[in-house]
Amino acid sequence: MIHPKVHDPLLLKKISLEIRRSVITTLSIAGSGHLGASLGLADLFTCLYFSVLNHDPNDPKFPGRDRLILSIGHVAPVLYTTLAHVGYFPEEELTTLRKLGSRLQGHPGREHNLPGLELSAGSLGQGLSVSVGRALVAKMDNEMWRVYCILGDGELQEGSVWEASMAAAHLKLDNLIAIVDRNGVQIDGKTEKVMALEPLKEKWRAFGWEVVECDGNNHEDLLTSFHLAQQVTGKPVVILAYTKMGKGVRSIEGDYHWHGKAPSNREAAVFLKQLEEDAG
Amino acid sequence: MSRRYVNHGDRPTKAGFGEGLLASGKIVTASGAKHRHPEVIAIGADITASVGVDLFAERFPKQFVSLGIAEQNCVGVAAGLALEGKIPVFATYGVFAALRTTDQIRVSVCYNNLHVVIGGAHAGLSVGPDGATHQSLEDLAVMRVLPNMTVLSPCDATQTKIATQHAIRQVQGPVYIRFGRASMPDFTSEKQLFEVGKGQLLHPGKDVSIFATGHMVWEALQAAYLLMEEGIHAKVINIHTIKPIDRDIMIQAARETRAVITAEEHQVTGGLGSAVAEVLAEECPVPMKFIGMPDCFGESGQPNELMNKYGLTRLAIIQAVKTVITLKSKP
Repeated sequence: MIHPKVHDPLLLKKISLEIRRSVITTLSIAGSGHLGASLGLADLFTCLYFSVLNHDPNDPKFPGRDRLILSIGHVAPVLYTTLAHVGYFPEEELTTLRKLGSRLQGHPGREHNLPGLELSAGSLGQGLSVSVGRALVAKMDNEMWRVYCILGDGELQEGSVWEASMAAAHLKLDNLIAIVDRNGVQIDGKTEKVMALEPLKEKWRAFGWEVVECDGNNHEDLLTSFHLAQQVTGKPVVILAYTKMGKGVRSIEGDYHWHGKAPSNREAAVFLKQLEEDAG
Repeated sequence: MSRRYVNHGDRPTKAGFGEGLLASGKIVTASGAKHRHPEVIAIGADITASVGVDLFAERFPKQFVSLGIAEQNCVGVAAGLALEGKIPVFATYGVFAALRTTDQIRVSVCYNNLHVVIGGAHAGLSVGPDGATHQSLEDLAVMRVLPNMTVLSPCDATQTKIATQHAIRQVQGPVYIRFGRASMPDFTSEKQLFEVGKGQLLHPGKDVSIFATGHMVWEALQAAYLLMEEGIHAKVINIHTIKPIDRDIMIQAARETRAVITAEEHQVTGGLGSAVAEVLAEECPVPMKFIGMPDCFGESGQPNELMNKYGLTRLAIIQAVKTVITLKSKP
């Protein structure tokens, strides 16, 4: 049975808070991993798995499901915690992240049989091509399911993303929705300093895509954007989701130093406290 | 057993790839009616005619998708097709098919363990006048090091057709198959016993074993026939599957002959020679000589001129055989 959809933004907000809590705890136990973008994407993942995607945690491979391709494999922590919270596997398993023998690899690996994973990924610049292939099959076989692909903004510096982007428009894949996590930072600093991406909207438009912009940390805005994206025909849609790295933890919000770091136990305690206080 | 193989006429192995792909596009049902098989999807990267995919594209236009000169994307799209149960076949020149896309093949295809068929065309030195940029001499080394990958290197057009059908219909997981452009002797039978992962004994011999792959198999056979006139009996084994390698046939041949030659149209480093040496060093060390590109780039020239210049000939094999025999330890 398709997972029931939550439309109440307040409830979604509550779920995102739980996911953030879980991300911080999980990463502090793992001792390494990418905290910043995982926190920044908690709202997007909540919206996707609790409100947008047609999927079934009890039957992860049912043919009519929507496919969520995570091109930025390094934000695996937010994917895993969301999958656990929505019912794909027990939340206790999150403590095994990055440990020997775990189904929760540092970057998603399908050969370890974690339910709900659509792709082993982690080398940047590949997910959109795979998404094009899958969306193409849905078109060939007249299937109604969609492909959602999550890209990082720094990842857009990979040329292969634009090869895929060109192909998606050429093939008129209106069943493909890409989401760019536009948090504006990457490991070396601000994207515009490391390798400028702007004008990003115009770039995607020039490549033949419909562009929707939204606040990626606002559930209502995200849901409206997905609704808009689903109405577009004849071309693929990209949602530029403006997020804040480290969102929810005020002391690290927007700080690129937290891109690829995990919190110590002490830091995790501080972060969790800030999370609760600001959630009010 | 000492039948001689005869050349049925020169043909490029890429013709065999095109024929094998075409033949895989349809299946014969119990009633005998031919149907298109819906699963095979060919991906074009602008040079479809040049790599032999045009026949399939014309016959099955709905099973062909053109993605332009964007090989990395082609491989990623192929992975996506395979995830949804299609059998994607992507072919372009070997230098691009295997090397420009190596990371996509490693992660999107091999780590996901997907049945994607990658055709490496214009393999080897025999591409000729196009020169070094287009001479694929490193593809076997790079493809065979990837986990889950099967690597095929058939010896003539007929075998390439059969190998292509096996790659599409029998192999599970990722496959790389390489083939050439130059017209070369077509000498194996349509009815040959072909099994992925099993070498073929083409000529018996007790004095030395020659393991050859691709175009060099014909040269190895000619070398063996000439050596017979001098009283030297060379065993010739066609290694059409570089991975998984047929360990048993190698160990047995090395035990029998106590001397081994490898011959390939590829860098000596990392290709067939290395694969054989890896097995024999562990299981049955014997003197070896390697025929192949000596760690250098090729250049422009006619195929036969290039094969002569870089020592990829029957004469070079004969010389190597004579040398390696002198290195044999006395029993």
